[in-house]
Amino acid sequence: MTGAWRLLPLLRAALQRHRLRLLFTIASITVAFLLFGLLGAVRTALTAGVEIAGRDRLIATQKVSIIQPLPRAYLGRVRQISGVRTVSSLTWFGGIYQDPTKQLVVFAVDANYFDLYTKELLVDPLERSRWLADRTGALVGAGIAARYGWHVGDTVPLQSNIYRRRDGAPSWPVHILGLYHSDSVDTNQIFLHYEYFNESVSFGKDAIGWILIQVADPAMGPRIAAEVDATFANSNAETKTSSEKAVAQSFANQIGDIGKILDFVVTAVFFAMLLVTANTMAQSVRERTAEIAVLKTLGFTDASVLVLVLAESLLITGVGAALGLFLATATTSGLGAALRSFLPHFEIPARAYGIAVLYALGLGLAAGVLPARQAMRLEIVRALRAT
Amino acid sequence: MNGPLVEVVALCKEYRRGEEVVPVLAGLDLTIEAGDYVALMGPSGSGKSTLLNLLGGLDRPTSGAIRIGGEDIGALDSDALAAWRGRTIGFVFQLYNLLPVLTAEQNVELPLLLTDLDARERRRRARAALDLVGLGDRARHRPRELSGGQEQRVGIARAIVNDPMLLLCDEPTGDLDRKAGDQVLALFDALNREAGKTIVMVTHDPRAAARAKRILHLEKGVLLREEVQ
Repeated sequence: MTGAWRLLPLLRAALQRHRLRLLFTIASITVAFLLFGLLGAVRTALTAGVEIAGRDRLIATQKVSIIQPLPRAYLGRVRQISGVRTVSSLTWFGGIYQDPTKQLVVFAVDANYFDLYTKELLVDPLERSRWLADRTGALVGAGIAARYGWHVGDTVPLQSNIYRRRDGAPSWPVHILGLYHSDSVDTNQIFLHYEYFNESVSFGKDAIGWILIQVADPAMGPRIAAEVDATFANSNAETKTSSEKAVAQSFANQIGDIGKILDFVVTAVFFAMLLVTANTMAQSVRERTAEIAVLKTLGFTDASVLVLVLAESLLITGVGAALGLFLATATTSGLGAALRSFLPHFEIPARAYGIAVLYALGLGLAAGVLPARQAMRLEIVRALRAT
Repeated sequence: MNGPLVEVVALCKEYRRGEEVVPVLAGLDLTIEAGDYVALMGPSGSGKSTLLNLLGGLDRPTSGAIRIGGEDIGALDSDALAAWRGRTIGFVFQLYNLLPVLTAEQNVELPLLLTDLDARERRRRARAALDLVGLGDRARHRPRELSGGQEQRVGIARAIVNDPMLLLCDEPTGDLDRKAGDQVLALFDALNREAGKTIVMVTHDPRAAARAKRILHLEKGVLLREEVQ
């Protein structure tokens, strides 16, 4: 077979033949890969919690629904169970800063909450001790602090879209006493003291959202989970205790089986692209029947012709894929900032780029293989006679 | 090389049309010496284009042998035959068959893509071939910007650019007006007489055939008669 690089002038010529059709085909593939990238970012955003969940942590929620509260008194009873190392709680506050368009992720947590996330949530020890000493204090993520220009020492008025203060005041003034940093967890959250929240709230007093349990040994997890649930069986607020990973997955599944939906959309889009590209290639080869016959007459081998058509198909899909992924990356970077409060991990995962390369290769080969085979098997005499 | 350039022995070619077998060439023998200029004439269906295709290795005979430059081309596999065509044969088509998106120079350069020549040398040779057919100043023109006669001369430049042993021409003036046809035929004369190229030309045109050294008349797949001029 002729060195493939020698086919470059012919490849260039083939691509110049029908520029508008080429443009539309590349545009279609670009849109497909743009969608692929964006859906990958959505998937990452919605399942990020699943990826970072700890093996030694359990979460107990109300059995009826994860948004129903549990009595705070449960914490003490859970602490009694053998194998439990630490028990803490997390209660959704639902924050608003200044006006309802500035939604915040705010939780009221127990003082020992950060003991459970020493690897994930990094806080300066001095700042943490200041926070522990001041019940109106808050530890805020570095991301949200940078976004609103907050600094340690600032007092920020926070409203809740769920709770009202018992004294009728419109907001909870909180003192920012420290920042947390993280490589794995969203840094757009704010943590208040549960005690400060609980003493000032007009309803839902002594209720908490989730119970967080750190176990001494991950192997004990299933037994402890069963024991927690048995402890509160037949009560007004039965619990459902699962590993943190299972809860995160279940939370993600609240909006449907994301993975399957996204896979279905991506499959449908790529199948449509396969038809579009295959049609383009088939038309292109059909129009060039005489040219291919001439190339063969001049001495180009069957394999050269096969490579030429496949290279054309791969180039089209490759350019479309590269453009699509570039646009998807640019879009997620742009949208990521705007969506940070709601979807903190709205970014294309690295493995999606690898998968996209495989898809582009597969699409290019699948779309080009039949036209390429047709070109390879073209009989010179018959093709020339037809012109 | 000893012996004739082209040796055809008991050449048969049949086509199948459903159950029916259609004989096109029936035991044809032929020799062509190097430097010869042969016109193949005959009515439609006489087998002259089929013979040309077989000589060029574009088709396989049903039986018989073809030796060109001492090479039994029937023994070559598909890839070897393609490589042999690229080295040995120059084709000139009735409808020129230039690639429309390439310039005249790029079209002429096509056969050289199969050689080890670098891009600069390929372009130099393509330009020299275009100069030879009088179209050096049209190198950057695309086929649609050329007249029919000019397109055919680009086709001839493409056929000779790799200095082939044998030029096979299928009705090269069939689509040209008289003046352009004469220019093309004059080129063949020069290539044969001055460059010593061996030419086999299929034609219906007696004026074109009259330029050849020999005219072979085919009918129903056999050589009917030969005129030496």
